[in-house]
Amino acid sequence: MSEAIMKPPLAERQTLLGWLRKNLFNSWSNAILTVAAAWLTFVTLRGLITWVFTEADWAVIQTNLRLILLGQYPIAQVWRIWVSMLLLSFLIGNSLSIWGKGKTSTRFTIGLVVLLAALAFVVSGPSRTWLLAMGALLAAGWWLARGAGKAMRSVVGIGWVIWPLIFILLLRGFGDGGPLPQVGTNLWGGLMLTFMLTIVGIVFSFPIGVLLALGRQSDLRIVRWFCITFIEVVRGVPLITILFMAQLMLPLFLPSGVTIDRVLRAMVGITLFSAAYLAENVRGGLQAIPKGQYEAAYALGLSTTLSMGLIILPQALRLIIPILVGQFIALFKDTALVAIVGLFDLVGIARTVLAQPAFLGTHREVYAFISLLYWVFSYAMSYVSIRLEDSLGVGKR
Amino acid sequence: MTADKKPIIIAKDVHKWFGDFHALRGVSMEVNQGEVIVIFGPSGSGKSTFIRTINHLEEHQQGDIVVDGIELSHDVRNIEKIREETGMVFQQFNLFPHLTVLQNVSLAPIWVKKWDKPRAEAKAMELLKRVGIPEQANKYPGQLSGGQQQRVAIARALAMEPKIMLFDEPTSALDPEMIKEVLDAMIELAKTGMTMLVVTHEMGFARAVADRMFFFDKGEIVESGTPEQIFKSPKEDRTKLFLSQILHH
Repeated sequence: MSEAIMKPPLAERQTLLGWLRKNLFNSWSNAILTVAAAWLTFVTLRGLITWVFTEADWAVIQTNLRLILLGQYPIAQVWRIWVSMLLLSFLIGNSLSIWGKGKTSTRFTIGLVVLLAALAFVVSGPSRTWLLAMGALLAAGWWLARGAGKAMRSVVGIGWVIWPLIFILLLRGFGDGGPLPQVGTNLWGGLMLTFMLTIVGIVFSFPIGVLLALGRQSDLRIVRWFCITFIEVVRGVPLITILFMAQLMLPLFLPSGVTIDRVLRAMVGITLFSAAYLAENVRGGLQAIPKGQYEAAYALGLSTTLSMGLIILPQALRLIIPILVGQFIALFKDTALVAIVGLFDLVGIARTVLAQPAFLGTHREVYAFISLLYWVFSYAMSYVSIRLEDSLGVGKR
Repeated sequence: MTADKKPIIIAKDVHKWFGDFHALRGVSMEVNQGEVIVIFGPSGSGKSTFIRTINHLEEHQQGDIVVDGIELSHDVRNIEKIREETGMVFQQFNLFPHLTVLQNVSLAPIWVKKWDKPRAEAKAMELLKRVGIPEQANKYPGQLSGGQQQRVAIARALAMEPKIMLFDEPTSALDPEMIKEVLDAMIELAKTGMTMLVVTHEMGFARAVADRMFFFDKGEIVESGTPEQIFKSPKEDRTKLFLSQILHH
C-alpha cells in the first residue's frame, strides 16, 4: 500500500507532455521515427480491425467450433471432456491463489472468471452451463485455497501430476459398454488432440530426458554411448521425418496383425524427439553445478543416486526452468506437424474445415482463429513459468 | 587431548598423480584416535590432496590407506562406509544452497542413517546450538555470513556422528573478522576428543590444540613433530623458511 503513496522526487515527476518530449521527441531523428512508427501502427491496426469486424466471415468458426475444439469426439460423450475441464478449472483456481502474487493474481482470477462467463454468454445449449460451472469452480478453488498451508500446497501439486492421467483415461474410456465406453483415438481431434499430444509429450519426455542426460555422464561406457548415439541421432533429423517413420516405416517392421494406434505412434515420436533436446538442456544445467556440491554430498556418505536426486538435480532443474518451459512451448506448437501425417489436431482439423464446400476461401478466418488459440495457451505456459521461477526463488539464492 | 595409542588412520606410502604431475610422493602417516593433526605447507604441496584421499574424494594410485580398520579400495561399499565415518569441512563451505540450514544439517542422517525426521532435526538443532547459530536454522545459506556458513558446514559434518573430521583450509575463504568464530568452534570440537586432520595456516590454532604437526612440501612430508618442536626447533631448512614467511608477514 505504501508503494501507491510513494511518489518520485520532484525533479523526476513529469507531465504527459514532458514524458512525450523526453522519450519520443528528444531529437529530430527520434521524432521522425516516432511519427513513422505511429503511422505504421495506425495503418496496420486499422486494417486489422476493419477486417476482424466488417470483412471477416466468422460463421465458419461458429459452425465448426466444436470440430475445431474437440474433433469428431462423439457428442454423447463430450461431458467427459467437460468434467476434465471442471477439475482443471478448480486446480487453476487453487494454484492462482497459492502461487499467484497478491493483487495481480486476484485480478487475473477475476479476469478468467469474467472471460468464462462471457464465453458462456456467447455460446448456447449445455456448453453455457458447463462454462458457467467452470467459472464457478475456478472461483471456488481460488477462494478455498486462500491462506492455504503446506499440506494444501502438496495436495494441489499432486493434483497437477494426476490430472493429465485422469484426463487421458476419462477421454479414452474402457470396454464397449458401461458408463465409459471406449472412444477410439481416430475420433480424437482439434485442440483436444493438440493438448493430448503436448501433455503426453511433456509428461514422458521429461523423465526420459533427465535419464538420458544422466546416462550421457555415466561411467558405464555402454550406457554413455547409447545415450550419446540416441541424442545425436534424434537431434540430427527433423521432427517431421520421425513422425513419418513412426507412421509409415514402423508398420513394415512389426509382425503382420500387430497394429499400433496412430495417435500413440505420434505421441511416441514427439516424446522421443523432445526427450533428446531436453537431455541436452538438462546437461547444461548439470554442468552449471559446482564440483564442490558433488564433493560435499559424497563426503556426507550419500550414494551417487542420492547425491543426484537430492542435491544436484533439484539445483540443475531449477536453473533451467526458463529453458524447459521454452522447450515445452515449442513442443506444443510442433505438434502441429502431425497434421502432415494425417492426424486431425488443430491444424489438421483446420484443413478439413477449409475443405467444406460452404466455407471455401475462409483461410484467413480459420488460421487467425487457431493462431489465437495457440498464442493463448503458449502465453499461459510462459506466465506459469515466470510465477514458478518467482516462487522457487530462481536467481535469488 | 590425550591420545590413545590406537591408530584410526593408517596411510602407507601413498602416491597420487594428476596426469604427469606427481602430487603425492609416498606419504605415510599414522593418526591415533583422538589426535588433532595440523597439516601445513606451501600451496601445491599436496596437503589438501592428501586429506582428500582419506575419504576418497581423490583416488590414490599407489600405497594403502586404512580408516578405522576399513581398507580404502575401489569397492564402493567400503568408500561409502568410510565416508559415513569421516566428516569433511571445505574451504568454500559447499553448503546446499537450495536447502535451509536445518535441512542442510539433517539431510544426511535422514537419508544415509535412515533416522526419522524429528530425531534428525533435533540432532541438527543441538549441533546448531553447539556452533552458536540455532536462530539461523530456517534461513538459506545465501542469507548467512561466511563465518556462519562455515559453522553450518561443521554442524552438517558432525550430524553424521563421524569418528574423524577432515578440515580442508576451513578459514582461508573467510574475512579476517570471521576466522575466530570458526576456529573457536573447531577448538571446542578438539576438546571433546574428536580425531581431527586440519589443513590450515592458522598457527595460533595449531599451538592451542594440535598434538602433532606435519609440514608438507612438493608432495612429501618434510618434517613432523609436536607444535613445540616445530615452532621452537624446526630441523629442516624448508620448514624454517616457510614458518618465517607465514609468522612474520
